[in-house]
Amino acid sequence: MFNACINPSSIEGFVWLICYLTTAKHFAFYFSFLVVLLLLIFAAPLSLLFGFIATAGVRSSVFLIRIIAKGYINMVRGIPDVVFFLFVPLALDQLFEFIRHKIICFDVTEPIWRGTDFVVCKAAKLPLSTADLWVHQMYSFILALIAFAIVFGAFAGNVLSGAMNAVPKAQTDTATAFGFSKKQTFWRILVPQMWVYAIPGLSNLWMILIKATPLLFLLGVEDVVYWARELGGSKTSLYAYPHPDWRVYYFAGLLVFYLLMTWFSGKVLNKLQLKLSHGQSTMAGRELQGYPG
Amino acid sequence: MSNCLTTIQDYGLRSVGIGERILPKTDITICEQVVLIGSGLIWNIYFGTIAVFVGFWFSVMLAIGKNNKFAVFRNPSNVFIFLFRGSPLFIQFFFAYELFVLLPKIGVTLDLGFVSLSMQSHWLTKAWLGGLIVLFCNTAAYSAEIFYGAIRAVPSTELEAAEAYGITGWNKFRRIIWPSMLRLAWPSYTNEAIFLFHATTLIFFTGFPAWRQSGDALYYANYFSDKTFNPFLPYPIVAAYFIFITLIIIFIFGVANRHLNRHLNVEQRAQIRLSLNLLR
Repeated sequence: MFNACINPSSIEGFVWLICYLTTAKHFAFYFSFLVVLLLLIFAAPLSLLFGFIATAGVRSSVFLIRIIAKGYINMVRGIPDVVFFLFVPLALDQLFEFIRHKIICFDVTEPIWRGTDFVVCKAAKLPLSTADLWVHQMYSFILALIAFAIVFGAFAGNVLSGAMNAVPKAQTDTATAFGFSKKQTFWRILVPQMWVYAIPGLSNLWMILIKATPLLFLLGVEDVVYWARELGGSKTSLYAYPHPDWRVYYFAGLLVFYLLMTWFSGKVLNKLQLKLSHGQSTMAGRELQGYPG
Repeated sequence: MSNCLTTIQDYGLRSVGIGERILPKTDITICEQVVLIGSGLIWNIYFGTIAVFVGFWFSVMLAIGKNNKFAVFRNPSNVFIFLFRGSPLFIQFFFAYELFVLLPKIGVTLDLGFVSLSMQSHWLTKAWLGGLIVLFCNTAAYSAEIFYGAIRAVPSTELEAAEAYGITGWNKFRRIIWPSMLRLAWPSYTNEAIFLFHATTLIFFTGFPAWRQSGDALYYANYFSDKTFNPFLPYPIVAAYFIFITLIIIFIFGVANRHLNRHLNVEQRAQIRLSLNLLR
C-alpha cells in the first residue's frame, strides 16, 4: 500500500507493523467485520418478522397453524442453536438444488442421493460452477442469513408472544365490549401496546444475536474467525511477513471488538428503555415523573 | 436387530475411546448413527454437569462479591462478569485454546524441572480440561448475574424482620438471604442450565481437537452429514437427544424448585413458574 512496503524484508519495527497491517489480506480481514455488521443489520429485522408471524400464528383460530407456530417457537428451547446453524444451510442448499434438478433436468432418471453422494445435473448446481467467487460467497451468506432468521425468529416469537400476553386483559375486554372483531383487536389493541413489554426481551435478544455472529465461521463464510485463524497462523520465511503463531493476539482483538459491541449496545438500549418508559403507567414511568416508586 | 446390538457394543462408548477404533465410512446404517451420536452425548453430559455443579458455587461467590459495598470485592466480580457475558463463547473457546497452547512455552522457561506442572499445562489444550474451564467461567458469569439480581430482589421486609430478631452477619445470609435468593433465581437458573448444555456442542467446533475422533454428539452428527451428504437424518437425531436432555433438566430442576418453594401456597408457586423466561 505504502511505498516503504515494497520490500518487507528490509524494514522492521513500527514501519514493518504498519506495512504488515495494511496488506491485502488484512483488508479482507477488516472487511469481514463489515460482514458481521451486515449480518446483524439484515438478521435483526428478518428474525423480528419471523417472530411476529409466529406470534400471530400462536393466536390463530386454525388448530394446525397454532400447533406449527407453537412447535416453532418452542423448538429453540430444546435444540441447540448450533444444530440449526449446521443443518439449515445444508438442507436449504439441497432443497434448492433438488427442485432445480427436477425442473431443469427432468429427463435425468438416476436417483439424486446415491449412497454417499448427492448428485444433481450441472445446470441445477447452485450457484453454477462457472459463477464468480463473489456469487458463491453471497450465496453462502444468504443461506447463513436464513439460518439466523429461523433461529432468532423463534426466540423473537417467544418474546413477542410473552409481551402480547402481558398487555392488560382489560384492554382486550374493552375492545370486545366495543364490538371489535378478533382481527381488529389484534392489530389495533395488542400490537401497538405490546412493544413496551417486548423491549427488555428484544434488547436481550439483540445481545445474543451479536454474540452468535462468529458462528458464521461454521457456515463456511469467510468471517472474522476465519481470517483470524488464517492471518494469525505462523508464517515461515516463504511469506513476505514471516511471524510466529499470533492467533492468540488476533482472537484477543476479536474479544475486544465484541466487548465493545455489547458494551455500546447496552448503553444505547438502556437509553431506549428510559425513553419508552416516559408516559407509561409503569413503575419506571412514574419514577420519571417524580413520583416515589 | 442382532446387527444393531453389535453396533452398540462397538460404538456405544466410542466417544470415550472404548470399542471399535475406526468409524463407519460406507453403508452407514441408521442404527450406527443413533448409537454413535448417542455415544457422543456422554461428552455433552460430562461438560454440562461438571460446569453447572462447580460453576454454581463460583457464581454465588461472584454474585456476593458484586453486591459487596467495598469496591475491592465489587470490581473484580464486575470485570469477570462483563468479560464473559460481553463476548461470544465461541471466541472465548478459540482464545483460550490459543492461550493454553502458548502456555507450556512460557511455563517451561519459568519452572524448569517441574514435571507435574508441564503436564498440567499440556492438559489444558485438551477439550476435557481446557474446554471445561472456559465453559465453567462462562456459566459462572451468567449465573452470577442471575443470582445478583435475586439477591437484590430479596424482600426488604424479610431482612427487616431478621434484623428485628437480632439475626445479623453470616447467620442473616445463610438463613434469610440464601434461601430467598435461590428461590427467586431458580427459574432463570434452570434456563441457564438448559442453554449451558446446548453450549457444550460448541467445544469440538473450536480449536480444541477431537482426539482420535472422540467428539460430542454434534461432532458425530456433522461427521455423518459430511460422509453421507444427507443432513436430514443425523441432525434430527441430535435434536431429539437434546430435547430429551432438556426435558430431564427441566424435571430435575423442577423437583429442586418445588423443594425451594415448599413453604408457599399453590397460588404463589404458580406465579413463579410462569416467570420462566427463555433467554440467557
